[in-house]
Amino acid sequence: MIKIDEKGFYGKFGGAYIPEMLHPNIEELRENYEQIMATPEFQKEFRSLLKDFVGRPTPLYFASRLSEKYGAKIYLKREDLCHTGAHKVNNTVGQIIMAKKLGKKRIIAETGAGQHGVATATVCALMGMDCTIYMGAVDIQRQRPNVERMKILGAKVVPATSGSQTLKDATNEAMRQWINNPVDTHYIIGSVVGPHPYPEMVARFQSVISEEIKWQLKEKEGTEYPDLVIACVGGGSNAAGAFYHYYNVPQVRLVAVEAAGLGVTSGKSAATTVLGTSGILHGSKTLLMQTEDGQVVEPHSISAGLDYPGIGPVHAHLFDIGRAEFVAVEDEDAMKAGIELSRTEGIIPAIETAHAIHALNLIEYSKDDVIVINLSGRGDKDLDTYIKWGGY
Amino acid sequence: MNRIDKLFQSKKERVLSIYFTAGFPKLEDTLTIMQAIESAGADIIEVGVPYSDPIADGPTIQDSNQIALDNGMSLKKLFEQLQEMRQSVSLPVVLMGYLNPIIQYGMEAFCKKCQEVGVDGLILPDLPMQQYLDEFKEVFDKYDLCNTFLISPQTSEKRILEIDTHSNGFIYMVSAHSITGARTGISEEQIAYFQRVESMNLKNPRLIGFGISDSETFTTASKYGNGAIIGSAFIKKIKDSQDLKSDIETYIQSVIH
Repeated sequence: MIKIDEKGFYGKFGGAYIPEMLHPNIEELRENYEQIMATPEFQKEFRSLLKDFVGRPTPLYFASRLSEKYGAKIYLKREDLCHTGAHKVNNTVGQIIMAKKLGKKRIIAETGAGQHGVATATVCALMGMDCTIYMGAVDIQRQRPNVERMKILGAKVVPATSGSQTLKDATNEAMRQWINNPVDTHYIIGSVVGPHPYPEMVARFQSVISEEIKWQLKEKEGTEYPDLVIACVGGGSNAAGAFYHYYNVPQVRLVAVEAAGLGVTSGKSAATTVLGTSGILHGSKTLLMQTEDGQVVEPHSISAGLDYPGIGPVHAHLFDIGRAEFVAVEDEDAMKAGIELSRTEGIIPAIETAHAIHALNLIEYSKDDVIVINLSGRGDKDLDTYIKWGGY
Repeated sequence: MNRIDKLFQSKKERVLSIYFTAGFPKLEDTLTIMQAIESAGADIIEVGVPYSDPIADGPTIQDSNQIALDNGMSLKKLFEQLQEMRQSVSLPVVLMGYLNPIIQYGMEAFCKKCQEVGVDGLILPDLPMQQYLDEFKEVFDKYDLCNTFLISPQTSEKRILEIDTHSNGFIYMVSAHSITGARTGISEEQIAYFQRVESMNLKNPRLIGFGISDSETFTTASKYGNGAIIGSAFIKKIKDSQDLKSDIETYIQSVIH
């Protein structure tokens, strides 16, 4: 059974390794989140915003030309059609309601590709809450349009200038600012990472993805259970959402796709399950890329959203017990897969998502298999990267 | 008896603990800095183990961590440097570090090595109390290492009492909602918090840290606790120092007097 225990662990991974200054915040959230989420009032507001604001349910689209090409029945779960362009908003809608119920006045968040930052700025505008987004200085350069979107939405964007100046450092900075403003501020973590209860709370908000896949597939294929679910993993929130209702259904193969960067042995990679070992990152015990001395290694991926040296503890557990298959896709192959999907299905995917598409070349399946790929985001934000790469 | 306990038996006021990052500003400065802190008249030496992702620290200590790592500092290297420490340093020595490098070294191996070189206590800010009790307390005790937990203005009285029960050596009172180096001076609100904790009559001595930088803030903090910890301000003083020994002595003297 994949289930979180009362101390916040999935098997060996998870927990809350945080400075004492954050203990009251984490404790407040841990004590209240399940109860708040279970109230009809919360569910009503959450479901109504998912429907009318986010645009859910997102379609489960049969990709006929892609299916023909790869010899399987391939469905795309269209999270790219969510308001703001990716699955990230499912979580921010949930957390902003949570923050309100907890009486918080300010929101802070980290962002990598900028998708989570935009999704957070969006719900803050919706609720009239003060919003500050921490973003690596390098990511600010490569995701310019998203930075401007956040600003248009009224958020303050603060560059994280330490370390590799990417997602890891933005997360460090957000945690520091939370320590500095613990009383009135809620930190909306964007992935299934961080101290307990964040990984589980975020996964539950994202679990709407697999909840919908179940009934949509039932309508189309007569079964709730696909043979495979494929999703890309940086921290792993879209994968957690797509896998959630299938964790304990062994007949459904779960495929998690990591970013190999320039190649897993190149020294420029973000393939955590290949290169990582057990340790503590951002408040939880998980697999992370680190030196022998326990210093965190700077990752590399062409996609900012996968450019993270760890994975969420639930994914570390899925890997550990062999419940999910992990594959790694290099930058170049991901870019080609992005073009491929654009031309076979008329969908330009986010580069994160393009990694999941390329996985079709790396795993085995048979021609009757029903495969669901979680199309986590659209490629608008990545136009600069596509243009610079130029291979089309 | 552990040197920290011994210190607080004889000195209950104006105890000064100085933090520096091992390997900063230069890789081999560690012992020089420790000796200078001692000869200048401070009471406790807090040696920071550098880490790539110090989430409780502000820019000054972050930078010193990064420079120390770039200089080649590691836990292994630090223990080599501290091997001969007790020939020239008699003050209590506390290691302050984040959990991950220590776990990779191995908690038991780490504690054993600490005892071997003469370290007296540990401050591991991201080690949660429950985890400490479940997994590590036994090994800390086995190697006679004091364990210091942090409390902040937000820590509930119930939790402070729990922390007091499970701490030994001293309690580290974070003076404000803050990462290191973010504050200067001491506000009335902070004083109310110091007084609230003072009135709880905890069994452990209390050192106040974060925002202490000079004689005035040290004296104020010492009024409400047993003394104070200086970190970021000290790091700033030694950053570009051409004469560590003399600069450290001048600075510490200016704080004490």
